[in-house]
Amino acid sequence: MKRRDFLKGCIACGAAATLGVSEKAWGIGSFEGYPDGMGVLVDLTRCVGCRSCEAACNKEQQLPAPDAPFDDKRVFEEKRRPTEKAYTVVNRYDTKTGGGPVYRKIQCNHCNEPACLSSCFVNAYTKTKEGAVIYNSKVCVGCRNCMIACPFNVPAYSYSSALNPVVKKCIFCYDTRLKYGKPPACVEVCPQEVLTFGHRNDLLKIGRDRIKEKPDRYVDHIFGEKEVGGTSWLYLAGVNFDQVGFDTTMSNEPILSNVKDFLGIVPMVLTIWPALFTGFHLLATKNKNHTNHEDGHSEQEDHKP
Amino acid sequence: MYAVRNWLIGGVFMLALIASPADSRAKDIPDSIDLGSLANLYGKVKFNHAKHIMLVKDCAECHHHTTGTLVQDADCVRCHKNSGATAVVACKGCHEAQPFSAAALREKSKTAYHTDRLGLKGAYHQSCTGCHRRMGGPTGCQDCHARNKRGDAFYSAGAYAQPQAHEEGKLPGN
Repeated sequence: MKRRDFLKGCIACGAAATLGVSEKAWGIGSFEGYPDGMGVLVDLTRCVGCRSCEAACNKEQQLPAPDAPFDDKRVFEEKRRPTEKAYTVVNRYDTKTGGGPVYRKIQCNHCNEPACLSSCFVNAYTKTKEGAVIYNSKVCVGCRNCMIACPFNVPAYSYSSALNPVVKKCIFCYDTRLKYGKPPACVEVCPQEVLTFGHRNDLLKIGRDRIKEKPDRYVDHIFGEKEVGGTSWLYLAGVNFDQVGFDTTMSNEPILSNVKDFLGIVPMVLTIWPALFTGFHLLATKNKNHTNHEDGHSEQEDHKP
Repeated sequence: MYAVRNWLIGGVFMLALIASPADSRAKDIPDSIDLGSLANLYGKVKFNHAKHIMLVKDCAECHHHTTGTLVQDADCVRCHKNSGATAVVACKGCHEAQPFSAAALREKSKTAYHTDRLGLKGAYHQSCTGCHRRMGGPTGCQDCHARNKRGDAFYSAGAYAQPQAHEEGKLPGN
């Protein structure tokens, strides 16, 4: 084999492998959700804070009884986040605009490109074609990577379980409802129709129409349309989103984009580099034994007095 | 004689003509309506229709254009400026009890208008509590809905509340 041919081969293979990787890994950020994916449009201007969604979730998911009844308004005195016993919670925000308190329901937003899913090394998470982000608690090892990865601080952990603690979160009522084309329990119970269930694409249109028809009522933004690559749950609000606990500094890029450049290189390093550098090494040492031997000889001879 | 008989027949016919639309109209307007769509958790709501007619007067306030009165909403006027009374005026005639069922979503996707139509429950609550807030009417859940046992169980309240919650001070502010 000629040295020139070998090097050419190395470069060609390396380039092909790099391009191959780029098509797959670099393309991840452009996924905009399944075409028939469902979603929920949450209209905060309609919510009256009755907490019926919390009660419905509790019954549907067969969660343990709450410490306080679901019609107890004292829970609003602190800002809550979803727990292992409550996959959705409503918080109250007293805004400066003077239009009375604004209530915000929190649950898993079911991202188009879920960070929890990409961070899970046992592949416990699945983004279903209906739009739900579900997880298999049987394979969950309780590493809590997903809790760190989630940009919305949603997954909770069953700290109360000593033997088999797993991650717990809203699954869009996938097992009992969404799978059969039914809306989640919280949507069905909501008296004010704060929650509108439908195809995500239709919900975006509905959201835009509401903003267009009542520009005084709404802030001109649908939270979740683009944030972290888009989410199945979308929000409309009458006040700026940062006033009601939303992180408005969120990038429109999926969380995965933060690491995909690095992760895209890893397979290339692991597969190409060993072959490439072994090749270099072999090439560099191809005739060395012979010459070394001769050189060594001559050197030894030279050094002889 | 014939003239008198004809005159009488004509007179009775005219009276019937004048009286009947108003009569049947009034008969169609219920004084009280039992709203029972949340009967699984609450007792029926006895809606005093007559009282609300006296208070609000304008049917369009709740019924949009369906009773034949003029609508004020600029968005509705675009199409319904000259709309007459419709055959169905009850809320449940247009607002579906199950607005998000697969069948309802399929129906919605076929139409270009009213794609964001509220379900029955949403329409009731937004219309009722919205107006009640403006007019100072009752707005609490149980002001209108008497919760039954199943309701108590659903909200883990009443007899179904966790007894230790208050004693152990688990609630904020306790």
